[in-house]
Parts: sequence; structure tokens; C-alpha cells
Amino acid sequence: MKIVVCIKQVPDTAHVRLDPETHTLKREGVESIINPFDLFALEAALRIREQAGGAIVALSMGPPQAAEVIKEAIGYGVDEGLLLSDRAFAGADTWATTAALAAAIGQMEDVDLIVCGKQAVDGDTAQVGPGIAQRLGRPQVAFVKAFREISGQRLVVERQMDDGFDVVDLPLPGLITVVREVGEPRPPSLKGKMRAKQYRVPVKGAADLGLAPEQVGLAGSYTQVVKVFAPQATGERRVLQGSAQETGAQAVDLLVDNQVILLGS
Amino acid sequence: MAVIIDKELCTGCGECLEACPFEALSLQDDKAQVNEACTLCGACEEVCPTGAITVPQVERAADERAAEARGVWVFAEQRQGAMPEVVAELLGQGRRLADELGVELSAVLLGHGLDGRAAELFALGADVVYQADDERLAAFNDDIYTQVLARVINEHRPEVLLAGATSLGRSLIPRVATAVATGLTADCTGLAIDPEKRLLLQTRPAFGGNIMATIICPQARPQMATVRPRVMKQGPRQEGRQGRLVPVELNPQDQARTQVLEVVRALEEQVNLTGAEVVVTGGRGLGQPEGFALVRKLATALGGVVGATRGTVDAGWIGHAHQVGQTGRTVSPKLYVALGVSGAVQHLVGMQSSDNILAVNTDPNAPIFSVAHYGIVGNLYEVVPAMLDRLAELRGQGA
Ligand SMILES: Cc1cc2nc3c(=O)[nH]c(=O)nc-3n(C[C@H](O)[C@H](O)[C@H](O)COP(=O)(O)OP(=O)(O)OC[C@H]3O[C@@H](n4cnc5c(N)ncnc54)[C@H](O)[C@@H]3O)c2cc1C
Ligand SMILES: Nc1ncnc2c1ncn2[C@@H]1O[C@H](COP(=O)(O)O)[C@@H](O)[C@H]1O
Repeated sequence: MKIVVCIKQVPDTAHVRLDPETHTLKREGVESIINPFDLFALEAALRIREQAGGAIVALSMGPPQAAEVIKEAIGYGVDEGLLLSDRAFAGADTWATTAALAAAIGQMEDVDLIVCGKQAVDGDTAQVGPGIAQRLGRPQVAFVKAFREISGQRLVVERQMDDGFDVVDLPLPGLITVVREVGEPRPPSLKGKMRAKQYRVPVKGAADLGLAPEQVGLAGSYTQVVKVFAPQATGERRVLQGSAQETGAQAVDLLVDNQVILLGS
Repeated sequence: MAVIIDKELCTGCGECLEACPFEALSLQDDKAQVNEACTLCGACEEVCPTGAITVPQVERAADERAAEARGVWVFAEQRQGAMPEVVAELLGQGRRLADELGVELSAVLLGHGLDGRAAELFALGADVVYQADDERLAAFNDDIYTQVLARVINEHRPEVLLAGATSLGRSLIPRVATAVATGLTADCTGLAIDPEKRLLLQTRPAFGGNIMATIICPQARPQMATVRPRVMKQGPRQEGRQGRLVPVELNPQDQARTQVLEVVRALEEQVNLTGAEVVVTGGRGLGQPEGFALVRKLATALGGVVGATRGTVDAGWIGHAHQVGQTGRTVSPKLYVALGVSGAVQHLVGMQSSDNILAVNTDPNAPIFSVAHYGIVGNLYEVVPAMLDRLAELRGQGA
């Protein structure tokens, strides 16, 4: 089975703190990491390869330094990597991102399965996976939380829904996006880390993918950001004073008065 | 591509470095410098006091769709006969947008055994209901749902399409947007109309909820958005309100490739956090797994569900399904109670848009207090029983 895992490099929000005064991010010393959800995608791919055999390619679109996440993926045990990097890709929305990622996957031979994370933590859109599936005309299952059956022809998966989950049969070739319940990512192996050090990440640009500059990046995007601003803190904030007894009762009274808690009839 | 910095005008004040959400700017020889991380979001242009920064304008091919498209549509998600609350919220918001644009509001309903469903959508504000009722749509499969929805859109050309940012919506709608070749904005918390240009101004939290971005889709149509549940207000319900029902036939070749083998409904451990009015969350401050008994007690007393931080989930105190935050669920209930939760940014992004937040924490400096409307610095094992007592007292009076 040939598996492509899509991974994105994002700023590490774990070390980002909210400034309590201005309510904005303090970003000093924030590093770039693999999108946390994509670690689950990597883990899912590794587990599938363990059962069905085959090879995994880690694919990323981003600036040249995103080669780091490909190397990291090699450390986790993927077989190959590919970075899509080109100045023309900058400012891409999900439509333009999937144009490049789908074109790259389209150029690879015999891809059976594409695995994406649920969403990237910088944009939180969760749109890239389904967008790739549609561009490649493949069936998909989003928000996969467990595998019930794995073979070269099909996957039977559990799909997380708001009111429970569905058991879905996905014929391959197809695409899945995964949530964290698929399993804790294993640590990178020593052997993998050694290989990552040596690994030279292949890079492709728009022309290599057969894409014109106006099909990618900002120029190839349908959406446009017109304004960026800090979120408005809604409502008043107050710290209640007194003993536990007093503050507990006071909180209930305030919530009842403001009709947040309804006492019922 | 990146923003253009006029080195003559730049004073090296550094305002833009602060404003950039993507760390794309740095100072070199006292002048701002931009790197590849730039997404052209324009945050720097806005704050630059000397006007040294400009976002390059990109010429796009004119799309004739913008001139022709008319009407506001709502995707009326339903699953196993149940319609999530968000559909009523979308119809409420859709009605306001449609009235502002002076167009009809339509709902699209896909499924099987839909008799009588359209009446509900008319009552909630729809003028038209496009209804595809077919065995093949009984279970949710992305590809056949996409085919049908994309076909109706291409045929009738609405200018706006809204769907709920539910699991189903966020799985299906990106595929549909790709199929009809248009832009899509995820998980919006604000929608408005620019009446002059008939543009939908779509506002959403980005970057973990710490910045807000307003996004437009100038050329392509429809302008599509998924909308966060529990943010938009439902409109007034008018029983018996009439509308036009337009049946949609499937083609013989429409076939789903995936197959839903089983639907497992919310068991105890499959908490419907997203739809809950009240969420009571326990953090590591509970000290031990048994602490969740108290959390559950308060949740029950308030008619809510139990949430959890990743700290407690990772410790094995409670199931994954309860986790709120970046790697869990995003919630925005009427009331969010955080008990022994520190308020790490990954947790805050999943709950900070709640209408009312009450936090109980022994540490007055815990970051949770920066988002709490009601803060109590105290031991949850003393405060929560006091809350339960007071609730029982008030309820006793009422009876
Ligand atoms: C990539 C990534 C993704 C993540 N995703 C999520 C996510 O989705 N959701 C999430 O929640 N976290 C997430 N985290 C983890 C997050 O950073 C925090 O570690 C976590 O939220 C902390 O949980 P906590 O508040 O329960 O524990 P702690 O941070 O340990 O806080 C416990 C709090 O309880 C208080 N306390 C102690 N005793 C009492 C008492 N008796 N009464 C009252 N208060 C008391 C303490 O003062 C303290 O503030 C993520 C982290 C990473 C790196
Ligand atoms: N630039 C990118 N390069 C590779 N994969 C990506 C990229 N952007 C998004 N993805 C994949 O798509 C998923 C969803 O991302 P998003 O739609 O941006 O929230 C991620 O978890 C990745 O698996």
C-alpha cells in the first residue's frame, strides 16, 4: 500500500501565552513544529503500514524551512518526503493549497491512501483534506477515530460525529482525516533520526507541478483576508470576594439573576 | 509573495512585528524585513504608523458568476431524522442576510423519508426548500452528498451558502466548495453584508482564537461559510408559514462509494459537548479521578454535560470524548464552568467564546481568570458544594 501523509509546519502555540492586559498573543521564542494533528496522521499511517505493508510519503507545502517537518517525519519512520515550496505559493487559501497538494499527489504513482490531520492549528479550517479528495475524485472519510479493518483494498473506520460515531467502509484509493483518538504518536526512532540527518528533502515548485503562478498562492485563492483584529472580550469580568461559602452562593445568585441558570418550574 | 516595505518610510518602530500573527517580520538595521512566512494578511499594514507597508494587490480574472448569482441558501443538515439546532440558527441569520440583500432564503434538505420536514424549515424562515429524498441519501456519504448539492448549486446559482460547522458540515462542505470551485470560510462567528458590493463579510477566529479575521470571497459564487453552532440567533418561528417545495431528483448513476455500516448514537461516553447549553469542566485541580463525581453532580444540577481538560484525559481520569480544547471539542455554551482548570491557551481556544464563563481556581494568577466573567479564587471542593447547596435552596423555595 502506498500512503501519502500531508503534514503542515505551524507555529508552536504550546509556548504562546495570552497577554492578560491586551488579550493578544505573546510570541517571543515561538518555534515551528509539525501541526499536532498531523502527528496523529503520521501515527495512523505507520499503523496501517505495519498491517498492510507498503511505503509512506510525507508531503508538505510551505516555505523552505518546512523541510524540517519532512525530516522529522523521516525520523518517525516514513519512507520518503516531498516539499512543495515556491514563492508563488505564499498567501494560499485552502483552495489554492489543495491545488498544489493534489497536483503533487496526482504525479505520484499508485497512491492508495492519503492521510491528513483533522485540521491545522494555525488556520483551524479542516478544509484541506476534503478539498484534496474532491480534486482527485476520491472517496473520503473525515474525522476518523479508529480502524476496524485494514487491507490493501479497503478500510473500515469509525468516524467521529457530534452525536456519536459511524462505522464506515472506505474503498481504496481514498482519503481520511484523523482525530487524536486514532492513537498516541510513538516517539521518533533512533534509526529514523539518523536517517533524517542524512535525508535530502526533494523540493518541487509550481512549474514542476504543471501549475501556472495564477493557479496557486494568493493569486490562485478565492478568499481574501480583509481585516485582522484582536477578539473583543465580551461582557464584564469580575472576581467574586469572600469565603468559599459566600462566593459559591453569590455565583449561583448572579447566574440566576442574569437568567443563565433557569431554576425551572 | 510578501508585503512591500518602503525602507524610506520605515522608522524601525517595530509595531508591525508585534502585530504579525505569523512571525513574518523582523528588524534588520532598524528597518522592517519580511520573510516567507508572510501570508499577506495585512495586519502589519493596518498598524504601521508611517504607511511604509503595503499589501500588493493581485489582479484576478473577473468571474461572471458574481454578477449573476442571487439568493441566500442554508444547508439544512439532518441525520437519522434529527436536525441539529444550528439549522434553526442558520435560518435565522440567513433570513436577516436575505432581507438585507432583498432576495429569497432557501434551504437544501438531503436525506430519506423527509415527509413533513420542509414545513419546519418554512416555519423557521425559508421561502424555498430544495429537497432530495432518496434511499441513497439515507446515510451520510460525502461523495454522493457532494454530487447532489453541487448540482443544485450549479443549477440555481445562489450568492451565499451557509452550513453548520458540525462534524458533518465540516466534512461535506469543503468538498462541495471545491466541486463548485469557490471559496469557503470555516467556523465563522460573525456574518454581515456589504450592501454595495453584495459581499458576505465572514468573521472567524484564527490562530487558535487569538486573532479574529474578516474574510471575503470577491469573485466566485456562492460565497460559502460554515458557521459555529450556538453563535447566531434563531429567528421567530411562524407556525403554518408557507413556502415553495422544489423536489430534486437524483441521477441513476449517483452512487456513494463509501458505505455507512453502522450508526452509533451518543452513549454515555459520547458526550454531545458541541450542542450543550451548560458545560462543567474538571481540570487537574480535581487532584484525583474521583473528583469528577463532584463535577458530574454540578453538571446534573445545572442540566449540563461534563467537560475535561487534556491534563485529566491524559491522566486517564475520564474519556477522550469529554475533552475541550484545541485537540478536543470546541464549545460555546450559555454557561461554561471551569473547575481546577489552569486555562492553558490550548484549552481556552476551545471554550473562550462561551456566553458566560465561571472559573474556580486556587491560584489567583491562573490564566483562566483572563477569560472568566465570574472568577472565584478558592478551593473547588468548598465552592462547588456551596453552589449545590444554594441551588437546592433556591429550587426548594420555587417548589
Ligand atoms: C499540542 C497541544 C494540544 C493541546 N490540546 C489541549 C486541548 O485540546 N484541551 C486541553 O484542555 N488541553 C490541551 N493541551 C494541554 C494544555 O496545554 C494544558 O496542559 C492543559 O489544558 C492543562 O490542564 P489542567 O488545566 O487540567 O491542568 P493544570 O494546568 O495542571 O491546572 C490545574 C489547575 O487547578 C488549580 N487547582 C489545584 N487544586 C485546586 C483546587 N482544590 N480547587 C481549585 N483549583 C485548584 C491549580 O491552581 C491549576 O491552575 C494541549 C497541549 C498541547 C501541547
Ligand atoms: N501546507 C500544507 N502542507 C501539507 N499538508 C497540509 C497543508 N495545509 C494543510 N494540510 C493538511 O490538511 C490538514 C487540514 O488542514 P487545514 O485545512 O489547513 O485545517 C492538516 O492537518 C494537514 O494534514
